[in-house]
Amino acid sequence: MNLRKREEQLFKAIMLLSLLVVIASLFAVFATVIIRGAPSLSIEMLTQVPKGGYYLGGGGGILNAIVGSLYLSIGAIIIAFILSLPMALYLNQYSGKSKIPEIIRMILEVSTGIPSLIYGVFVFLIMIQVGARASLFWGIITVAVFITPILTRGMDEIMQTVPIKLKEASLALGTTRYETLVQVIIRQALPGMLTAVILAFGRGIGDAASVLFTAGYTDSIPTSLGDPVATLPLAIFFQLSTPIPEVQQRAYASAIILLAIVLLLSAVSRILSRRFMKYVIK
Amino acid sequence: MSSSTKRRYLKDKIAGKCMMIPAIIISFLLFAIFSLLLIHSEQILSMYSLPDLILSSSWKPLAGDFGFFPFIMGTVWVTCLAMIISIPISIFSAVYLSEYAHPKIRKIIQPFIDLLAGIPSVVFGLFGIILIIPVIRDYLAPMAGTTSSGYSVLAGGLVLSIMVFPILISIIYEVLGTVPMEMREASLTLGANKWETIKKVVLRKAYPGIIAAIILGFSRAFGETMAVLMVVGNVAIVPSSVFDPAYPIPALIANNYGEMMSVPIYDSALMFAALILFVMVVAFNVASKYVLIKIKRRTA
Repeated sequence: MNLRKREEQLFKAIMLLSLLVVIASLFAVFATVIIRGAPSLSIEMLTQVPKGGYYLGGGGGILNAIVGSLYLSIGAIIIAFILSLPMALYLNQYSGKSKIPEIIRMILEVSTGIPSLIYGVFVFLIMIQVGARASLFWGIITVAVFITPILTRGMDEIMQTVPIKLKEASLALGTTRYETLVQVIIRQALPGMLTAVILAFGRGIGDAASVLFTAGYTDSIPTSLGDPVATLPLAIFFQLSTPIPEVQQRAYASAIILLAIVLLLSAVSRILSRRFMKYVIK
Repeated sequence: MSSSTKRRYLKDKIAGKCMMIPAIIISFLLFAIFSLLLIHSEQILSMYSLPDLILSSSWKPLAGDFGFFPFIMGTVWVTCLAMIISIPISIFSAVYLSEYAHPKIRKIIQPFIDLLAGIPSVVFGLFGIILIIPVIRDYLAPMAGTTSSGYSVLAGGLVLSIMVFPILISIIYEVLGTVPMEMREASLTLGANKWETIKKVVLRKAYPGIIAAIILGFSRAFGETMAVLMVVGNVAIVPSSVFDPAYPIPALIANNYGEMMSVPIYDSALMFAALILFVMVVAFNVASKYVLIKIKRRTA
Protein backbone atom coordinates (compact mmCIF):
# COMPACT_ATOMS: atom_id res chain seq x y z
CA MET A 1 0.00 0.00 0.00
CA ASN A 2 2.73 2.32 1.04
CA LEU A 3 4.80 1.38 -1.99
CA ARG A 4 1.99 2.25 -4.36
CA LYS A 5 1.64 5.63 -2.83
CA ARG A 6 5.40 6.19 -2.95
CA GLU A 7 5.46 5.32 -6.62
CA GLU A 8 2.77 7.84 -7.32
CA GLN A 9 4.58 10.52 -5.37
CA LEU A 10 7.83 9.76 -7.16
CA PHE A 11 6.24 10.08 -10.57
CA LYS A 12 4.36 13.18 -9.57
CA ALA A 13 7.68 14.72 -8.61
CA ILE A 14 9.17 13.71 -11.97
CA MET A 15 6.21 15.28 -13.76
CA LEU A 16 6.53 18.52 -11.86
CA LEU A 17 10.24 18.55 -12.55
CA SER A 18 9.60 18.03 -16.27
CA LEU A 19 7.15 20.88 -16.40
CA LEU A 20 9.64 23.00 -14.51
CA VAL A 21 12.32 22.21 -17.12
CA VAL A 22 9.99 23.33 -19.91
CA ILE A 23 9.03 26.59 -18.22
CA ALA A 24 12.61 27.20 -17.11
CA SER A 25 13.91 26.81 -20.66
CA LEU A 26 11.44 29.47 -21.79
CA PHE A 27 12.71 31.84 -19.13
CA ALA A 28 16.32 30.89 -19.87
CA VAL A 29 15.90 31.84 -23.52
CA PHE A 30 14.39 35.20 -22.60
CA ALA A 31 16.83 35.89 -19.78
CA THR A 32 20.04 35.10 -21.66
CA VAL A 33 19.05 37.11 -24.70
CA ILE A 34 17.92 40.08 -22.62
CA ILE A 35 20.93 40.05 -20.29
CA ARG A 36 23.39 39.88 -23.15
CA GLY A 37 21.57 42.24 -25.47
CA ALA A 38 20.25 44.96 -23.20
CA PRO A 39 23.54 46.89 -22.82
CA SER A 40 23.80 47.57 -26.55
CA LEU A 41 20.12 48.28 -27.08
CA SER A 42 19.64 51.92 -28.02
CA ILE A 43 17.18 54.28 -29.65
CA GLU A 44 19.63 54.57 -32.49
CA MET A 45 19.12 50.90 -33.31
CA LEU A 46 15.40 51.39 -33.71
CA THR A 47 15.48 54.63 -35.67
CA GLN A 48 18.44 54.45 -38.04
CA VAL A 49 19.51 52.34 -40.96
CA PRO A 50 23.07 50.95 -40.93
CA LYS A 51 25.67 53.59 -41.71
CA GLY A 52 28.91 52.91 -43.58
CA GLY A 53 31.05 50.45 -41.69
CA TYR A 54 28.13 49.26 -39.54
CA TYR A 55 29.26 45.67 -39.81
CA LEU A 56 32.72 46.69 -38.66
CA GLY A 57 31.36 48.37 -35.54
CA GLY A 58 30.30 51.68 -37.11
CA GLY A 59 27.16 53.65 -36.23
CA GLY A 60 23.56 53.20 -37.28
CA GLY A 61 20.77 50.79 -36.47
CA ILE A 62 18.60 48.08 -37.92
CA LEU A 63 15.56 50.11 -38.93
CA ASN A 64 15.95 48.62 -42.42
CA ALA A 65 15.40 45.13 -41.03
CA ILE A 66 12.53 46.11 -38.72
CA VAL A 67 10.64 47.90 -41.48
CA GLY A 68 11.59 45.19 -43.96
CA SER A 69 10.20 42.45 -41.75
CA LEU A 70 6.98 44.40 -41.25
CA TYR A 71 6.55 45.05 -45.00
CA LEU A 72 7.20 41.42 -45.75
CA SER A 73 4.88 39.99 -43.12
CA ILE A 74 2.07 42.47 -43.70
CA GLY A 75 2.16 41.83 -47.45
CA ALA A 76 2.25 38.10 -46.88
CA ILE A 77 -0.54 38.03 -44.31
CA ILE A 78 -2.84 40.00 -46.65
CA ILE A 79 -2.29 37.51 -49.48
CA ALA A 80 -2.55 34.57 -47.11
CA PHE A 81 -5.81 35.91 -45.66
CA ILE A 82 -7.35 36.42 -49.09
CA LEU A 83 -6.56 32.79 -49.91
CA SER A 84 -7.31 31.28 -46.51
CA LEU A 85 -10.69 32.78 -45.73
CA PRO A 86 -12.53 31.31 -48.72
CA MET A 87 -10.71 28.04 -48.23
CA ALA A 88 -11.72 27.75 -44.58
CA LEU A 89 -15.29 28.74 -45.46
CA TYR A 90 -15.40 26.21 -48.27
CA LEU A 91 -14.18 23.45 -45.98
CA ASN A 92 -16.85 24.24 -43.44
CA GLN A 93 -19.87 25.13 -45.45
CA TYR A 94 -19.85 24.27 -49.10
CA SER A 95 -18.18 20.94 -49.19
CA GLY A 96 -21.29 18.98 -48.34
CA LYS A 97 -20.81 15.34 -47.42
CA SER A 98 -18.05 14.58 -49.91
CA LYS A 99 -14.60 13.27 -48.97
CA ILE A 100 -12.93 16.31 -50.55
CA PRO A 101 -12.65 18.42 -47.38
CA GLU A 102 -11.02 15.52 -45.55
CA ILE A 103 -8.42 15.25 -48.30
CA ILE A 104 -7.82 19.00 -48.43
CA ARG A 105 -7.46 19.12 -44.65
CA MET A 106 -4.89 16.35 -44.82
CA ILE A 107 -2.95 18.22 -47.51
CA LEU A 108 -3.08 21.39 -45.44
CA GLU A 109 -1.82 19.60 -42.35
CA VAL A 110 1.08 18.12 -44.27
CA SER A 111 1.81 21.51 -45.83
CA THR A 112 2.12 23.11 -42.39
CA GLY A 113 4.77 20.52 -41.56
CA ILE A 114 6.99 21.32 -44.56
CA PRO A 115 10.10 23.20 -43.39
CA SER A 116 10.06 26.86 -44.38
CA LEU A 117 13.43 26.32 -46.04
CA ILE A 118 11.76 24.05 -48.62
CA TYR A 119 9.21 26.76 -49.42
CA GLY A 120 12.13 29.15 -49.88
CA VAL A 121 13.82 26.74 -52.28
CA PHE A 122 10.54 26.19 -54.13
CA VAL A 123 9.92 29.90 -54.74
CA PHE A 124 13.57 30.38 -55.62
CA LEU A 125 13.28 27.72 -58.32
CA ILE A 126 10.27 29.54 -59.73
CA MET A 127 12.26 32.78 -59.64
CA ILE A 128 15.03 31.17 -61.69
CA GLN A 129 12.45 29.94 -64.17
CA VAL A 130 11.05 33.44 -64.73
CA GLY A 131 14.42 35.14 -64.40
CA ALA A 132 13.52 37.25 -61.37
CA ARG A 133 15.90 38.61 -58.75
CA ALA A 134 15.49 38.50 -54.99
CA SER A 135 13.13 41.27 -53.94
CA LEU A 136 10.41 42.35 -51.54
CA PHE A 137 7.82 40.99 -53.96
CA TRP A 138 9.27 37.48 -54.02
CA GLY A 139 9.88 37.58 -50.30
CA ILE A 140 6.20 38.35 -49.76
CA ILE A 141 5.22 35.51 -52.09
CA THR A 142 7.47 33.08 -50.20
CA VAL A 143 6.16 33.99 -46.78
CA ALA A 144 2.57 33.94 -48.11
CA VAL A 145 3.01 30.43 -49.51
CA PHE A 146 4.51 29.33 -46.22
CA ILE A 147 1.87 30.82 -43.89
CA THR A 148 -1.26 30.19 -45.98
CA PRO A 149 -1.59 26.55 -44.85
CA ILE A 150 -0.98 27.61 -41.24
CA LEU A 151 -3.60 30.33 -41.42
CA THR A 152 -6.17 28.20 -43.23
CA ARG A 153 -5.79 25.40 -40.73
CA GLY A 154 -6.13 27.83 -37.85
CA MET A 155 -9.30 29.41 -39.25
CA ASP A 156 -10.74 26.05 -40.21
CA GLU A 157 -10.26 24.77 -36.68
CA ILE A 158 -11.99 27.83 -35.25
CA MET A 159 -14.92 27.53 -37.63
CA GLN A 160 -15.37 23.90 -36.70
CA THR A 161 -16.04 24.99 -33.14
CA VAL A 162 -19.05 27.08 -34.19
CA PRO A 163 -22.01 25.15 -32.78
CA ILE A 164 -23.86 23.22 -35.47
CA LYS A 165 -27.17 24.31 -33.92
CA LEU A 166 -26.34 27.91 -34.69
CA LYS A 167 -25.86 27.04 -38.35
CA GLU A 168 -29.05 25.01 -38.37
CA ALA A 169 -31.02 27.77 -36.71
CA SER A 170 -29.84 30.22 -39.34
CA LEU A 171 -30.52 27.88 -42.25
CA ALA A 172 -33.92 27.01 -40.85
CA LEU A 173 -34.87 30.67 -41.12
CA GLY A 174 -34.48 30.32 -44.87
CA THR A 175 -31.06 31.88 -45.38
CA THR A 176 -28.72 30.56 -48.02
CA ARG A 177 -25.43 29.00 -47.03
CA TYR A 178 -23.63 32.16 -48.12
CA GLU A 179 -25.78 34.34 -45.86
CA THR A 180 -25.29 32.01 -42.95
CA LEU A 181 -21.57 32.16 -43.50
CA VAL A 182 -21.30 35.91 -43.65
CA GLN A 183 -23.82 36.80 -40.98
CA VAL A 184 -23.49 33.99 -38.50
CA ILE A 185 -20.37 31.91 -38.84
CA ILE A 186 -17.84 34.63 -39.57
CA ARG A 187 -19.20 36.76 -36.74
CA GLN A 188 -19.11 33.84 -34.37
CA ALA A 189 -15.59 32.82 -35.37
CA LEU A 190 -14.14 36.35 -35.48
CA PRO A 191 -12.14 36.31 -32.24
CA GLY A 192 -10.57 32.99 -33.09
CA MET A 193 -9.86 34.11 -36.63
CA LEU A 194 -8.04 37.15 -35.34
CA THR A 195 -5.88 34.97 -33.15
CA ALA A 196 -5.11 32.74 -36.11
CA VAL A 197 -4.12 35.75 -38.22
CA ILE A 198 -1.82 37.11 -35.55
CA LEU A 199 -0.27 33.69 -34.98
CA ALA A 200 0.44 33.29 -38.70
CA PHE A 201 1.82 36.84 -38.81
CA GLY A 202 4.18 35.93 -35.97
CA ARG A 203 5.36 32.86 -37.83
CA GLY A 204 6.03 35.00 -40.88
CA ILE A 205 7.94 37.69 -39.03
CA GLY A 206 10.12 35.22 -37.15
CA ASP A 207 11.10 33.04 -40.05
CA ALA A 208 14.52 33.40 -41.64
CA ALA A 209 15.07 30.25 -43.64
CA SER A 210 12.31 30.86 -46.16
CA VAL A 211 13.46 34.31 -47.23
CA LEU A 212 17.16 33.49 -47.22
CA PHE A 213 17.30 33.26 -51.01
CA THR A 214 14.16 35.08 -52.09
CA ALA A 215 14.13 38.47 -50.35
CA GLY A 216 17.79 39.46 -50.69
CA TYR A 217 19.33 41.76 -48.13
CA THR A 218 19.95 45.49 -48.12
CA ASP A 219 20.97 48.25 -45.77
CA SER A 220 18.27 50.62 -46.97
CA ILE A 221 14.50 50.58 -46.60
CA PRO A 222 12.86 49.26 -49.77
CA THR A 223 10.91 51.85 -51.75
CA SER A 224 9.27 49.49 -54.23
CA LEU A 225 8.27 45.85 -54.54
CA GLY A 226 11.25 45.26 -56.81
CA ASP A 227 13.84 46.26 -54.19
CA PRO A 228 15.60 43.70 -52.06
CA VAL A 229 14.60 43.76 -48.42
CA ALA A 230 16.26 43.00 -45.09
CA THR A 231 14.49 41.03 -42.38
CA LEU A 232 15.00 41.07 -38.64
CA PRO A 233 15.88 37.36 -38.22
CA LEU A 234 18.42 37.56 -41.04
CA ALA A 235 19.82 40.79 -39.59
CA ILE A 236 20.44 38.89 -36.35
CA PHE A 237 22.02 36.03 -38.24
CA PHE A 238 24.34 38.20 -40.31
CA GLN A 239 25.42 40.42 -37.43
CA LEU A 240 26.27 37.30 -35.47
CA SER A 241 28.39 35.95 -38.33
CA THR A 242 30.82 38.86 -38.15
CA PRO A 243 33.92 38.36 -36.02
CA ILE A 244 33.57 41.77 -34.35
CA PRO A 245 32.26 41.64 -30.76
CA GLU A 246 30.39 44.98 -30.94
CA VAL A 247 28.46 43.81 -33.96
CA GLN A 248 27.66 40.49 -32.27
CA GLN A 249 26.41 42.49 -29.29
CA ARG A 250 24.01 44.19 -31.66
CA ALA A 251 22.76 40.82 -32.82
CA TYR A 252 21.71 40.13 -29.23
CA ALA A 253 20.04 43.53 -29.02
CA SER A 254 18.25 42.86 -32.31
CA ALA A 255 17.00 39.58 -30.87
CA ILE A 256 15.44 41.53 -27.99
CA ILE A 257 13.59 43.66 -30.54
CA LEU A 258 12.36 40.51 -32.30
CA LEU A 259 11.28 38.95 -29.00
CA ALA A 260 9.49 42.16 -28.06
CA ILE A 261 7.54 42.04 -31.32
CA VAL A 262 6.59 38.40 -30.71
CA LEU A 263 5.48 39.20 -27.15
CA LEU A 264 3.51 42.21 -28.33
CA LEU A 265 1.73 40.13 -30.96
CA SER A 266 0.78 37.50 -28.43
CA ALA A 267 -0.54 40.14 -26.03
CA VAL A 268 -2.50 41.91 -28.77
CA SER A 269 -4.09 38.66 -29.88
CA ARG A 270 -5.22 37.92 -26.34
CA ILE A 271 -6.68 41.40 -25.82
CA LEU A 272 -8.39 41.52 -29.21
CA SER A 273 -9.91 38.09 -28.93
CA ARG A 274 -11.27 38.98 -25.49
CA ARG A 275 -12.76 42.20 -26.85
CA PHE A 276 -14.43 40.46 -29.76
CA MET A 277 -15.68 37.69 -27.52
CA LYS A 278 -18.71 39.78 -26.61
CA TYR A 279 -20.23 39.23 -30.05
CA VAL A 280 -20.02 35.51 -29.66
CA ILE A 281 -23.02 33.42 -28.68
CA LYS A 282 -21.90 30.81 -26.23
CA MET B 1 -39.36 32.06 -57.12
CA SER B 2 -39.14 35.82 -56.83
CA SER B 3 -36.25 37.61 -58.49
CA SER B 4 -34.67 38.57 -55.21
CA THR B 5 -34.68 34.94 -54.07
CA LYS B 6 -33.17 33.95 -57.39
CA ARG B 7 -30.45 36.49 -56.90
CA ARG B 8 -29.74 35.17 -53.43
CA TYR B 9 -29.43 31.62 -54.72
CA LEU B 10 -27.21 32.74 -57.56
CA LYS B 11 -24.96 34.59 -55.13
CA ASP B 12 -24.76 31.50 -53.01
CA LYS B 13 -23.79 29.33 -55.96
CA ILE B 14 -21.16 31.76 -57.27
CA ALA B 15 -19.66 32.22 -53.81
CA GLY B 16 -19.41 28.46 -53.40
CA LYS B 17 -17.60 28.03 -56.69
CA CYS B 18 -15.22 30.93 -55.99
CA MET B 19 -14.32 29.52 -52.60
CA MET B 20 -13.31 26.26 -54.20
CA ILE B 21 -10.57 27.90 -56.27
CA PRO B 22 -7.95 28.48 -53.53
CA ALA B 23 -8.64 25.03 -52.14
CA ILE B 24 -7.83 23.53 -55.53
CA ILE B 25 -4.68 25.64 -55.85
CA ILE B 26 -3.36 24.62 -52.45
CA SER B 27 -4.04 20.97 -53.21
CA PHE B 28 -1.53 21.14 -56.02
CA LEU B 29 1.11 22.95 -53.97
CA LEU B 30 2.76 19.86 -52.54
CA PHE B 31 2.73 18.20 -55.91
CA ALA B 32 4.27 21.27 -57.52
CA ILE B 33 7.07 21.40 -54.95
CA PHE B 34 7.78 17.71 -55.38
CA SER B 35 7.93 17.82 -59.16
CA LEU B 36 10.06 20.96 -59.27
CA LEU B 37 12.58 19.49 -56.85
CA LEU B 38 12.60 16.22 -58.79
CA ILE B 39 13.19 17.97 -62.11
CA HIS B 40 16.11 19.88 -60.66
CA SER B 41 17.72 16.88 -59.03
CA GLU B 42 17.43 14.81 -62.18
CA GLN B 43 20.89 15.80 -63.36
CA ILE B 44 22.65 14.35 -60.33
CA LEU B 45 20.41 11.31 -60.25
CA SER B 46 21.30 10.51 -63.84
CA MET B 47 25.04 10.76 -63.14
CA TYR B 48 25.22 8.84 -59.88
CA SER B 49 23.26 5.91 -58.56
CA LEU B 50 20.97 6.50 -55.61
CA PRO B 51 22.84 4.17 -53.20
CA ASP B 52 26.12 5.90 -54.12
CA LEU B 53 24.70 9.28 -53.29
CA ILE B 54 23.14 8.22 -50.02
CA LEU B 55 25.86 5.90 -48.71
CA SER B 56 29.06 7.63 -49.76
CA SER B 57 30.81 9.74 -47.12
CA SER B 58 32.96 11.80 -49.42
CA TRP B 59 31.68 15.33 -49.98
CA LYS B 60 33.93 17.25 -52.37
CA PRO B 61 31.56 19.07 -54.70
CA LEU B 62 34.31 20.67 -56.77
CA ALA B 63 35.97 17.29 -57.39
CA GLY B 64 32.61 15.75 -58.26
CA ASP B 65 32.16 13.74 -55.07
CA PHE B 66 28.63 13.97 -53.73
CA GLY B 67 28.22 11.68 -50.75
CA PHE B 68 25.23 12.62 -48.62
CA PHE B 69 25.91 10.13 -45.86
CA PRO B 70 27.52 12.66 -43.46
CA PHE B 71 24.56 15.01 -43.84
CA ILE B 72 21.98 12.30 -43.42
CA MET B 73 23.78 11.03 -40.33
CA GLY B 74 24.17 14.58 -39.03
CA THR B 75 20.43 15.08 -39.32
CA VAL B 76 19.69 11.72 -37.73
CA TRP B 77 22.04 12.33 -34.78
CA VAL B 78 20.78 15.79 -33.97
CA THR B 79 17.12 14.91 -34.44
CA CYS B 80 17.28 11.67 -32.45
CA LEU B 81 19.15 13.32 -29.60
CA ALA B 82 16.57 16.11 -29.49
CA MET B 83 13.74 13.60 -29.38
CA ILE B 84 15.41 11.48 -26.68
CA ILE B 85 15.59 14.57 -24.47
CA SER B 86 12.23 15.96 -25.43
CA ILE B 87 9.95 12.91 -25.42
CA PRO B 88 10.04 11.94 -21.70
CA ILE B 89 9.93 15.54 -20.51
CA SER B 90 7.02 16.36 -22.80
CA ILE B 91 5.02 13.25 -21.91
CA PHE B 92 5.45 13.85 -18.17
CA SER B 93 4.54 17.53 -18.54
CA ALA B 94 1.48 16.78 -20.63
CA VAL B 95 0.31 14.08 -18.22
CA TYR B 96 0.70 16.46 -15.31
CA LEU B 97 -1.22 19.21 -17.08
CA SER B 98 -3.96 16.86 -18.20
CA GLU B 99 -4.39 14.64 -15.12
CA TYR B 100 -3.08 16.41 -12.03
CA ALA B 101 -2.92 20.16 -12.57
CA HIS B 102 -5.63 22.39 -11.17
CA PRO B 103 -7.51 24.11 -14.02
CA LYS B 104 -6.18 27.41 -12.73
CA ILE B 105 -2.58 26.25 -13.04
CA ARG B 106 -3.31 24.88 -16.48
CA LYS B 107 -4.60 28.29 -17.46
CA ILE B 108 -1.42 29.94 -16.22
CA ILE B 109 0.92 27.47 -17.91
CA GLN B 110 -0.83 27.40 -21.29
CA PRO B 111 0.29 30.89 -22.44
CA PHE B 112 3.90 30.07 -21.55
CA ILE B 113 3.85 27.02 -23.77
CA ASP B 114 2.21 28.99 -26.58
CA LEU B 115 4.89 31.64 -26.16
CA LEU B 116 7.64 29.02 -26.39
CA ALA B 117 6.09 27.89 -29.67
CA GLY B 118 6.12 31.46 -30.95
CA ILE B 119 9.80 32.25 -30.38
CA PRO B 120 11.60 32.61 -33.73
CA SER B 121 14.19 29.95 -34.44
CA VAL B 122 16.99 32.49 -34.83
CA VAL B 123 16.48 33.44 -31.19
CA PHE B 124 16.81 29.79 -30.16
CA GLY B 125 20.05 29.64 -32.13
CA LEU B 126 21.27 32.74 -30.36
CA PHE B 127 20.37 31.23 -27.01
CA GLY B 128 22.40 28.16 -27.95
CA ILE B 129 25.42 30.26 -28.80
CA ILE B 130 25.23 32.38 -25.66
CA LEU B 131 24.46 29.71 -23.09
CA ILE B 132 24.60 26.12 -24.32
CA ILE B 133 27.83 26.21 -26.32
CA PRO B 134 30.01 27.65 -23.52
CA VAL B 135 28.49 25.16 -21.08
CA ILE B 136 29.36 22.25 -23.38
CA ARG B 137 32.83 23.59 -24.12
CA ASP B 138 33.78 24.47 -20.55
CA TYR B 139 31.90 21.92 -18.45
CA LEU B 140 30.23 19.01 -20.23
CA ALA B 141 33.01 18.07 -22.65
CA PRO B 142 35.81 18.18 -20.01
CA MET B 143 33.56 16.20 -17.68
CA ALA B 144 33.19 13.54 -20.35
CA GLY B 145 36.94 13.56 -20.80
CA THR B 146 37.03 15.09 -24.27
CA THR B 147 37.46 18.51 -25.79
CA SER B 148 34.86 20.19 -27.91
CA SER B 149 34.43 23.62 -29.43
CA GLY B 150 30.88 23.48 -28.13
CA TYR B 151 29.49 23.58 -31.66
CA SER B 152 28.29 20.01 -31.63
CA VAL B 153 25.53 17.46 -32.03
CA LEU B 154 24.76 17.96 -28.35
CA ALA B 155 24.25 21.71 -28.75
CA GLY B 156 21.96 21.13 -31.73
CA GLY B 157 20.05 18.42 -29.87
CA LEU B 158 19.54 20.55 -26.77
CA VAL B 159 18.36 23.62 -28.68
CA LEU B 160 16.10 21.51 -30.85
CA SER B 161 14.61 19.67 -27.88
CA ILE B 162 13.41 22.97 -26.41
CA MET B 163 11.88 23.89 -29.75
CA VAL B 164 10.02 20.58 -29.89
CA PHE B 165 8.56 20.85 -26.35
CA PRO B 166 5.51 22.94 -27.26
CA ILE B 167 4.58 20.76 -30.25
CA LEU B 168 4.82 17.52 -28.30
CA ILE B 169 3.18 18.84 -25.14
CA SER B 170 0.19 20.40 -26.86
CA ILE B 171 -0.56 17.38 -29.06
CA ILE B 172 -0.06 14.83 -26.27
CA TYR B 173 -2.22 16.96 -23.98
CA GLU B 174 -4.94 16.95 -26.61
CA VAL B 175 -4.65 13.20 -27.10
CA LEU B 176 -4.94 12.61 -23.35
CA GLY B 177 -8.08 14.71 -23.39
CA THR B 178 -9.70 12.27 -25.84
CA VAL B 179 -9.43 9.39 -23.36
CA PRO B 180 -12.97 8.99 -22.02
CA MET B 181 -13.47 10.05 -18.40
CA GLU B 182 -15.49 6.86 -17.79
CA MET B 183 -12.40 4.75 -18.35
CA ARG B 184 -10.52 6.66 -15.67
CA GLU B 185 -13.48 6.39 -13.33
CA ALA B 186 -13.80 2.65 -13.91
CA SER B 187 -10.16 2.17 -13.01
CA LEU B 188 -10.39 4.38 -9.93
CA THR B 189 -13.49 2.53 -8.78
CA LEU B 190 -11.55 -0.71 -8.86
CA GLY B 191 -9.19 0.73 -6.30
CA ALA B 192 -6.34 1.88 -8.51
CA ASN B 193 -4.82 5.17 -7.51
CA LYS B 194 -4.39 8.02 -9.94
CA TRP B 195 -0.90 7.12 -11.10
CA GLU B 196 -1.86 3.48 -11.66
CA THR B 197 -4.84 4.65 -13.66
CA ILE B 198 -2.59 6.88 -15.77
CA LYS B 199 -0.02 4.15 -16.28
CA LYS B 200 -2.35 1.27 -17.01
CA VAL B 201 -5.37 2.96 -18.57
CA VAL B 202 -4.81 6.50 -19.80
CA LEU B 203 -1.36 6.10 -21.33
CA ARG B 204 -2.25 2.74 -22.81
CA LYS B 205 -5.33 4.18 -24.42
CA ALA B 206 -3.46 7.27 -25.60
CA TYR B 207 -0.52 5.26 -26.91
CA PRO B 208 -1.19 5.57 -30.68
CA GLY B 209 -1.79 9.30 -30.32
CA ILE B 210 1.43 9.78 -28.40
CA ILE B 211 3.32 7.92 -31.14
CA ALA B 212 1.69 10.19 -33.72
CA ALA B 213 2.73 13.26 -31.73
CA ILE B 214 6.29 11.96 -31.56
CA ILE B 215 6.43 11.37 -35.31
CA LEU B 216 5.15 14.89 -35.86
CA GLY B 217 7.72 16.37 -33.48
CA PHE B 218 10.38 14.31 -35.19
CA SER B 219 9.49 15.68 -38.58
CA ARG B 220 9.45 19.24 -37.24
CA ALA B 221 12.89 18.76 -35.72
CA PHE B 222 14.09 17.19 -38.95
CA GLY B 223 13.39 20.27 -41.02
CA GLU B 224 14.40 22.92 -38.52
CA THR B 225 17.06 25.02 -40.19
CA MET B 226 18.33 28.22 -38.65
CA ALA B 227 18.64 27.33 -34.98
CA VAL B 228 20.46 24.09 -35.72
CA LEU B 229 22.66 25.65 -38.37
CA MET B 230 23.87 28.19 -35.83
CA VAL B 231 25.03 25.68 -33.22
CA VAL B 232 26.09 22.37 -34.81
CA GLY B 233 29.36 23.49 -36.31
CA ASN B 234 28.60 22.52 -39.93
CA VAL B 235 31.48 20.13 -40.57
CA ALA B 236 30.77 17.45 -43.16
CA ILE B 237 31.77 14.41 -41.12
CA VAL B 238 29.82 11.46 -39.79
CA PRO B 239 29.64 12.28 -36.06
CA SER B 240 30.89 9.57 -33.75
CA SER B 241 29.98 11.21 -30.45
CA VAL B 242 27.61 13.90 -29.26
CA PHE B 243 30.56 16.25 -28.84
CA ASP B 244 31.43 16.05 -32.54
CA PRO B 245 30.23 18.69 -34.93
CA ALA B 246 27.65 17.71 -37.54
CA TYR B 247 26.19 19.07 -40.75
CA PRO B 248 22.46 18.39 -41.08
CA ILE B 249 20.72 18.53 -44.47
CA PRO B 250 18.80 21.80 -43.95
CA ALA B 251 22.03 23.54 -42.91
CA LEU B 252 23.73 22.22 -46.04
CA ILE B 253 21.06 23.74 -48.25
CA ALA B 254 20.88 27.06 -46.41
CA ASN B 255 24.65 27.53 -46.26
CA ASN B 256 25.47 26.76 -49.86
CA TYR B 257 22.54 28.02 -51.77
CA GLY B 258 24.07 31.36 -52.72
CA GLU B 259 27.28 30.00 -54.21
CA MET B 260 26.00 26.98 -55.99
CA MET B 261 24.89 28.73 -59.14
CA SER B 262 28.32 28.54 -60.76
CA VAL B 263 28.43 24.74 -60.73
CA PRO B 264 25.21 23.26 -62.18
CA ILE B 265 25.83 19.78 -60.79
CA TYR B 266 26.30 21.28 -57.33
CA ASP B 267 22.96 23.02 -57.74
CA SER B 268 21.41 19.71 -58.65
CA ALA B 269 23.01 18.03 -55.62
CA LEU B 270 21.48 20.60 -53.28
CA MET B 271 18.08 20.16 -54.90
CA PHE B 272 18.45 16.45 -54.30
CA ALA B 273 19.15 17.21 -50.63
CA ALA B 274 15.98 19.30 -50.54
CA LEU B 275 14.10 16.45 -52.17
CA ILE B 276 15.29 13.99 -49.50
CA LEU B 277 14.16 16.41 -46.81
CA PHE B 278 10.80 16.99 -48.47
CA VAL B 279 10.01 13.31 -49.01
CA MET B 280 10.92 12.38 -45.43
CA VAL B 281 8.92 15.19 -43.89
CA VAL B 282 5.86 14.41 -46.01
CA ALA B 283 6.10 10.71 -45.17
CA PHE B 284 6.37 11.41 -41.44
CA ASN B 285 3.50 13.87 -41.52
CA VAL B 286 1.15 11.66 -43.47
CA ALA B 287 1.84 8.75 -41.12
CA SER B 288 1.25 10.80 -38.01
CA LYS B 289 -1.84 12.57 -39.34
CA TYR B 290 -3.32 9.26 -40.38
CA VAL B 291 -3.09 7.99 -36.80
CA LEU B 292 -4.39 11.22 -35.29
CA ILE B 293 -7.37 11.40 -37.63
CA LYS B 294 -8.25 7.80 -36.82
CA ILE B 295 -8.21 8.56 -33.11
CA LYS B 296 -10.36 11.66 -33.58
CA ARG B 297 -12.89 9.69 -35.58
CA ARG B 298 -13.05 7.01 -32.92
CA THR B 299 -13.74 9.46 -30.12
CA ALA B 300 -16.05 11.74 -32.09
